[in-house]
Amino acid sequence: MFHRESGVFKTSYASDMALYPLPVARWAVVVLAVVFIVVVPLTWSGYFVSIVNLCLIAIVGALGLNILVGYTGQISIGAGAFMSVGAYTAANLVTHLSVPFYIALPAGGLMAALIGTIVGIPSLRIKGIYLAIATLAAQLIIEWTINHVQWISGGVQASIPVPRPSIFGIKLVSERQIYCFLMFFVVLALVATLNLVRSRIGRAFIAIRDQDIAAEIIGINIFKYKLYAFAISSFFAGVTGVLESYYLGIANYEQFQIDVSIDYLAMVIIGGLGSVLGSVFGAIFVTLLPIVSRWFLEGFGGVLFPNADLLNVIPNLRLVIFGGLIIFFLVVEPEGLNRLWRNIRNYFRVWPFSY
Amino acid sequence: MTRLARSMLTLAAGVTAGLAYAGYAAAADKELLIGDQCDRTGATQIVGTVLCPAMQDYYKLVNSKGGIDGWMIKGDEIDNGYKVPEAIEAYERQKQMGALMMTLYGTPQTVALNARLEQDKIPTTSPGFGISAAADGNRFPYLFPIAATYWSQGAGAVQFAKDQLGGALKGKKIAYVYYDNPAGKEPMPILEALQKQEGFELRTFAVPPPGVELGAQIIDITQRYHPDFIIAHLFGRSPSVLIKGLKGAGFPLKKVVGLVWASAEADILAAGGWATAEGYNTLQFAGAGDNYPVRGEIKAMYKKDGKDPPKEMDDTVVYNRGLLQAAVQVEALTNALKLSGGQKPTTEQVKQGMEQIHDFTLGGLVPPLHITATDHEGGGFVKVFGVHGGKFVQETDWIHPFRDVVLNAVKTAE
Repeated sequence: MFHRESGVFKTSYASDMALYPLPVARWAVVVLAVVFIVVVPLTWSGYFVSIVNLCLIAIVGALGLNILVGYTGQISIGAGAFMSVGAYTAANLVTHLSVPFYIALPAGGLMAALIGTIVGIPSLRIKGIYLAIATLAAQLIIEWTINHVQWISGGVQASIPVPRPSIFGIKLVSERQIYCFLMFFVVLALVATLNLVRSRIGRAFIAIRDQDIAAEIIGINIFKYKLYAFAISSFFAGVTGVLESYYLGIANYEQFQIDVSIDYLAMVIIGGLGSVLGSVFGAIFVTLLPIVSRWFLEGFGGVLFPNADLLNVIPNLRLVIFGGLIIFFLVVEPEGLNRLWRNIRNYFRVWPFSY
Repeated sequence: MTRLARSMLTLAAGVTAGLAYAGYAAAADKELLIGDQCDRTGATQIVGTVLCPAMQDYYKLVNSKGGIDGWMIKGDEIDNGYKVPEAIEAYERQKQMGALMMTLYGTPQTVALNARLEQDKIPTTSPGFGISAAADGNRFPYLFPIAATYWSQGAGAVQFAKDQLGGALKGKKIAYVYYDNPAGKEPMPILEALQKQEGFELRTFAVPPPGVELGAQIIDITQRYHPDFIIAHLFGRSPSVLIKGLKGAGFPLKKVVGLVWASAEADILAAGGWATAEGYNTLQFAGAGDNYPVRGEIKAMYKKDGKDPPKEMDDTVVYNRGLLQAAVQVEALTNALKLSGGQKPTTEQVKQGMEQIHDFTLGGLVPPLHITATDHEGGGFVKVFGVHGGKFVQETDWIHPFRDVVLNAVKTAE
């Protein structure tokens, strides 16, 4: 209907290579930008903005993991550990050297990238599920290290308070201020990933994922690019950890344990492996679903269950719904929410005809 | 395509319903809202499934007696599943609903939300877990442990060992078996300080989570170290594994004391029943057992409605802790209503009300709490109950030994 390529003529290489070649896509991006930069922070209440903030943090992490798992095909169950590396690096820098966020944030990312690269070294020899186990080991080793090495963790409680970031002397305290802070980095991460995956490096990643031997034969240095993938992905994870500790005001490794790694893996798989939009969908889906299903149950649960049981029913049924909906969406479209979205888009492209 | 459209519609309907629900946040007249976080699912559901119903029962009891001067109590409960993002969401929602005070659940969640509490000035309780240093009301103005922190529990356990070993610990060997996470390690500074002061030998045995396999540690403790006393600080399934293992190794269970999260009926039952655990000592911050008037009142309340008391009441440890939490909240609100002169109190007044709680014992279920602006722990009292003949029998009175050591740790905490 709206989304039509006919009549769009590209007359220069630049327009051919544009991120959004169709005018409708460009307009959609502009509208989304207005909604998220003007409407959301100005009109939504603090509670809803806080939910959006949780989604924003998840988006950065999911983007990073998708680069590794979706684009390069290296399964990792260690995302949470890299987040904690980033979080503790930044927290230590902030508390001991009181560096501003624009140094702490990349520093956290770089440290995570360094550790991630080391963890990625076995990926040259092992693949698939075996690599997953290696990254799982990394998750546990990093957790253990932070728990036991006190100059990293800052004491037996393994938590370091992180003061809120400040820009031009303004301390970002309210949900709305933090929202703007997070949004900046989400946009940065989105643009960076969109451009990364269509660059030489991104194409090398995809070649390795599709057939690593073929990739090697056409001259891609597999080891180098696999390590790049680990480094970039871990950088994103580290930044996620720093953002989360700025958001919470504390770095604590118990927020980045194995269940978090699995949550992020779920986001990437549900959203769609190897797609930027899919990471966004997946992050929003996995973050929002438990919340929305609780609203739903609190709204309608009283009709189905006696009030006395309701408090016990809600949390348990919520888990069932959460699991059920994930299975449902994966059965409807095994390639993830992104594919679902593309199907809808393609349907409307030729609407009202069926093809 | 229709299938797709239908699924999209379902999702849209769910979201709309949710937004509609969240939109109605209108509180009834004369209602005081308390926001409780809970763990009915998740890692420590063994606690949450009993603790949270107990709190709701207590609110119901207060409301059935006409509330506090006509003000009804509404306890909004959100299950955080022991996850941090969900705890944040729950907090923000209860804040928006206008909660006057909150109760958190879980150490990581408390740690993560503390900065917000100070920012939003919402008094919040974190009973029996969380940051021990929060006993210091100057440094943590809005966080109230209200019950013995891990530091006070550690001190209580050492005192109990001292009494059991004939009044002196010099040259005795104590084994500290702990869950290898920040909460498990929290009592260590106190134990180390007391080790120097009392001159006993201390060895620590870490149990990696989830701690369902303790064979190596039990052999290490009983065959190699031969301690005179064991202090266990475990969570979830692991306390029962330890009790069973020590019993199997022939270690006398009366020389073992478990800190508060290793001390519930569920742990005894999972270890193989009361007979197996005979002699095991448990540290409590709320009185265990059925002989408290408030439990009778709740049973009577259910009876009046023609119902049996809920099965959660079979538990006397965790259920009673829920009663303690709710009762302290209600007491704080009562004090706050006095401060506000019958008007709806502000969160600041609730904080002051909390800091005025004094000699409030709830018929012996609550220790002689004395919460002040500087002491948010309220004295740090614990009581030891032993397993004897199928129930918990009181071994000591309310004690808060080595208070100077604990307070010193609170003062010098980073």
